[in-house]
Amino acid sequence: MTALSALLLRDTRLAVRVGGGALMGVLFFLIVVTLVPFAVGPDLVQLRRIGPAILWLGALLASLLTLDRLLAADHEDGSLDLILMGGTPLELAVLAKAVAHWLTTCLPLVIATPLLGLLLNLEPLAVAAVALTLLAGTPALTCIGLIGAALSVALRRGGLLLPVLVLPLTVPVLIFGVAASNAAVAGPMSFGAPFLILCALSLGSLVLGPFAAAAALRHGLE
Amino acid sequence: MALIGPNGSGKSSLLRLIAGQLRPSEGLIELHGGDAERSIPEQAHYQGHLDALKPSLTVAENLGFWARYLGGGTAGSDEALAAVGLGGLSDLPAAYLSAGQRRRLSLARLIAIPRPIWLLDEPTSALDAAAQERLAELMRRHLGSGGMILAATHGPLGIDANELRLGLTA
Amino acid sequence: MALIDLANPTRFLGLTARALPWLAAATALAFALGLYLVWFAAPDDYQQGATVKIMFIHVPNAWLAMGVWTVMSIASIGTLVWRHPLADVAAKSAAPLGAAFTFLALVTGSLWGRPMWGTYWVWDARLTSVLVLFLMYLGVIALWRTVDDPSRAGRAAAILTLVGAVNLPIIKFSVDWWNTLHQPASVLRAGGPAIHPAILMPLLVMAIAFLLLFVTLHLAAMRNEILRRRVRSMWLMQAHAAQSA
Repeated sequence: MTALSALLLRDTRLAVRVGGGALMGVLFFLIVVTLVPFAVGPDLVQLRRIGPAILWLGALLASLLTLDRLLAADHEDGSLDLILMGGTPLELAVLAKAVAHWLTTCLPLVIATPLLGLLLNLEPLAVAAVALTLLAGTPALTCIGLIGAALSVALRRGGLLLPVLVLPLTVPVLIFGVAASNAAVAGPMSFGAPFLILCALSLGSLVLGPFAAAAALRHGLE
Repeated sequence: MALIGPNGSGKSSLLRLIAGQLRPSEGLIELHGGDAERSIPEQAHYQGHLDALKPSLTVAENLGFWARYLGGGTAGSDEALAAVGLGGLSDLPAAYLSAGQRRRLSLARLIAIPRPIWLLDEPTSALDAAAQERLAELMRRHLGSGGMILAATHGPLGIDANELRLGLTA
Repeated sequence: MALIDLANPTRFLGLTARALPWLAAATALAFALGLYLVWFAAPDDYQQGATVKIMFIHVPNAWLAMGVWTVMSIASIGTLVWRHPLADVAAKSAAPLGAAFTFLALVTGSLWGRPMWGTYWVWDARLTSVLVLFLMYLGVIALWRTVDDPSRAGRAAAILTLVGAVNLPIIKFSVDWWNTLHQPASVLRAGGPAIHPAILMPLLVMAIAFLLLFVTLHLAAMRNEILRRRVRSMWLMQAHAAQSA
């Protein structure tokens, strides 16, 4: 087993065993989706129209949940110091941690989407579109969040700093994710164009995220 | 080599510099006689005040992760656990260990993965007398097989050592 | 005296002490000239009347909002790559100024549009992009304030600034795209009906005036920051001396 897969396995194990595991994110997602009708009213026609947007917002917020512990936990118990001393580049190590985060936080959200789509009266095509765009877009959310996690790693009362730093950077992902979902259902624009841009954003952040996060960790540990 | 000096004299910082966790603002750190292909941190073990253990993983899982991540594989894990006196506790979640046992599990990492340089920051803290004696024996064994140890300490280590005094004015 | 000498904080303090009064005077002059031109030389818009003159404040502020982030990005490269001693100081001092210009751009944009839209805010592409930029400025400022050690904060802020610099074109593109999706026609055009000389001249003078204002305030803020850090060093030395006494 290579060093990176060992790190991936450890992080996955930890995410599943600690603090309710993957289900916590799904539960938060469910709660957010439940809150919306209380705010905008139970009109099913309206909910169907704004459904993709609600699901995307809920997923965005839920994916932020475990981000602040992603690097801070390793920093606090001294693991991060030792991870620096392995033979693997720090960029790949944080990427492995990001993959673990995506598998244990974001992927369950994607899987929960059909159930929540039911609550919002979404038709099957819309549900499929939202799930697919979430699948393509959540890697970007994780990797952008990784940057925020690295910048706030040493802060004890980081609190809301991480969302404050990360959320403006996720605006493009949100725009194209929702646009693609809506396009699949309503047209006239094609699903392809925004979806491809979404994929491009994810691929780009898979590179930028670990790179910037590793730089932030190195500079922050001095 | 034992690093001796009052608090704040830079013992921990020196160890962290060699471990690659701090970047020097000037100067150079060189290793003679090591592996030229690898950086110094890759050939060193660092044991600081923190134990780098996850409470929700078992003893074996904790050690096994570091064994795989830092290179070397899990072959030496059981032997390492026995050497620090945690032999029968492989499947115990690390949360149930005492402070001394946690420190010993952390030190097991140094035995399980062979690396020539040991950087130890007050290794005897949290250890009782028996464990300290065991640690001294392990350090002797490491030195005997050609390894190097730099240890910052307040008290005696139990083995012969050159001393480097930091921060003391005449 | 070479440019590199500016790297020395003491020299910097000396130079700016002499330069600042001149810069302040130049700024005042530029504003005086600009406001005169705006009031008397620029024509009223046939549709918007005299309120179009808010544009002469709004547009320079919007330009500066982007420009200051560029200044911060260059300073960030100075921090990360060359560890230039003043780069940190430059970046930290620029952030609140950039936020202020961005905020002014938002407020003047809102006031400019009010007569035409009937409300104080619309989610058009331009204003929304500036709003996101404002949030990012606040994020950088929050990072500066939350990390205790100044040099560590400087490096973290530098990385965030550069990540932001890469993201800002992407965000601008996304917001423009999003806006055309939801609002077929933009109500507020960038510089007014057309850029012709009567408008161009006052606009440029006001832009220069605001630029001079930024430079003056920035240098003054940098001086304050350097002095603040010296006070902090003195406290640290005092504490250290007391410990070893």
